Amino acid sequence: MGEPAVVPRVVATPAALAAIGHLVAERGPLMFFQSGGCCDGSLPMCFEDGEFRVGDRDVLLGTLGSSPFYIDGRQYEVWKHTQLILDVGDGEPEGFSLPAADGKHFVIRSRVFDPEELATLADR
Amino acid sequence: MTEENESVTVESGPAPFVPPGQPGSVVEVKPRYGNFIGGTWVAPVKGQYMTNVSPVDGKPFCEVARSTAEDVELALDAAHQAKDAWGETSLTDRSAVLNRIADAIEANLEMLAVAETWENGKPVRETLAADIPLAVDHFRYFAGATRSLEGRSTEIDKDTVAYHFHEPLGVVGQIIPFNFPLLMAAWKIAPALAAGNCTVLKPASPTPWSILKLAEVIADVVPPGVINIVTGPGGEIGKALATSPRIAKIGFTGETTTGRLIMQYAAENIIPSTTELGGKSPNVFFADVMDEDDEYLDKAVEGLVLYAFNKGEVCTCPSRALIQESIYDRFMERALDRIRKIRQGNPLDPTTMIGPQVSAQQLEKITSYVDIGQQEGAECLIGGKRAELGGEFEGGYYFEPTVLKGHNKMRVFQEEIFGPVLAVTTFADEEEALAIANDTLYGLGAGVWTRNGNLAYRMGRGIKAGRVWTNCFHLYPAGAAFGGYKISGVGRENHQMMLEHYSQTKNLLVSYSTKPLGFF
Repeated sequence: MGEPAVVPRVVATPAALAAIGHLVAERGPLMFFQSGGCCDGSLPMCFEDGEFRVGDRDVLLGTLGSSPFYIDGRQYEVWKHTQLILDVGDGEPEGFSLPAADGKHFVIRSRVFDPEELATLADR
Repeated sequence: MTEENESVTVESGPAPFVPPGQPGSVVEVKPRYGNFIGGTWVAPVKGQYMTNVSPVDGKPFCEVARSTAEDVELALDAAHQAKDAWGETSLTDRSAVLNRIADAIEANLEMLAVAETWENGKPVRETLAADIPLAVDHFRYFAGATRSLEGRSTEIDKDTVAYHFHEPLGVVGQIIPFNFPLLMAAWKIAPALAAGNCTVLKPASPTPWSILKLAEVIADVVPPGVINIVTGPGGEIGKALATSPRIAKIGFTGETTTGRLIMQYAAENIIPSTTELGGKSPNVFFADVMDEDDEYLDKAVEGLVLYAFNKGEVCTCPSRALIQESIYDRFMERALDRIRKIRQGNPLDPTTMIGPQVSAQQLEKITSYVDIGQQEGAECLIGGKRAELGGEFEGGYYFEPTVLKGHNKMRVFQEEIFGPVLAVTTFADEEEALAIANDTLYGLGAGVWTRNGNLAYRMGRGIKAGRVWTNCFHLYPAGAAFGGYKISGVGRENHQMMLEHYSQTKNLLVSYSTKPLGFF
């Protein structure tokens, strides 16, 4: 069958993709950055592209629609055994993130990679 | 509470407080609130409002301003108008204002406690006994601290003196979190004012209202424009405030990405920032805690269960318990027994120990974390799901106190869940305990429990965290510095040193000699 399929580190649910589509149409290009720490830490933050200065040690996990999704390099090291799944939840975002829609926020669900996937990812 | 209520509930203790806005409540609720700017209530420029929901029942109970950048500008106008007079106010008078703020809050303690509970969901026994009294004490602490702070002078040589004065920064921006809305406001406002600054403050989006109730209480004792409060979405007004060239400092408590953004904005304006960004605090229990079955052991068991305090919505939640292998089974048995006895429910009931999470968003996040923990192989020892209280609380955001057993590489050990979820693991010896405690990106708080003072000292100094509670946890007295190592943020709060952080240093270098240098 040739090369194994590339395992994405971040994916989006249909609801999240639809929200991104609407937001991009309304506000222009977007970016995501996975947060950590207290309050609404552990949630993905959505900004207009370029709003947040991405550092040299941040990691680009993937692109959702046309929007890049980054994580802090240090956080990546402790999260890299899991696939992040961008979804939409109820409630306004609490930090500086853009809402996914009125009264909605982006949320991350996660899936632990199986050993085969981890091996594929390690090869890359 | 009326006698009638007491007679009805005589067997289950004091009656719950009446929800704010309902007949008989100690808290009045207006249908709609504007911003507190220049000592008065100002409607948002664009006339937009947002619905404010109580997490207790998930229902709206008032509207607050959905402000925009224009409102932030109005608040900054008011603050700038007030800053010269406030900065020149004598320490005697400035200190008196802080004391009057404290007195006004204290005089309204019960009202503010009930308001705070209704908006945040934290049990009223905590707001009555901790949040509000600590806020009162914080203002008194800084009223005193600012009087005792002295400038310094240095004799450079016989005729040359370097004088150092503290001067106010001017107008500062402050962004506070939802977990202790009034106490965190006190932590931010008190030192800023004590050092002679005016503030524009943005409360957290889920908890914009209790601080407005506080503003009502102190409006008459604070000069107009010294404290200004603007409510609205962080992405809009938080950004407008943090990027404004009209602030001289920005203080922020929250998560790491917004923390970085705050520092990025501060860099653009070349102003200082203070950031407190949370942690993943280890709580370490050595075997000797079980050497005796005594009051101290009881305290240590409670020390573990404190992860559920404030439903885990604490930057320093002891959310990683590290227990020495030799006592793990016996110690956890006692702890789980105590956790089973946690009374969850209406936070306005004085016997309730844990209320709802602050928002639907938090509940969603906690659920997603318990899921990933179980996927990673963590064993759920208790709880693990949303608590369905039913009845009038059906729509509330309750989560069962939860314990997950696993190892420190799991994500539930590496990220603050900000819910009543404890990740527990074991260690063999002191060396391993320290290694696990420090195997985290964060360094805000930690706990160490042992009867051995030498061991406690070594661990306390070895753990890379801004505060190590030793044989205690979750005490937040004014006068004990609080802040993070590592990615938990930059700066300290809660201590006299804050006055320096909210001041400029003016050096007057004065020559009392009449002799020319002789260079030209």
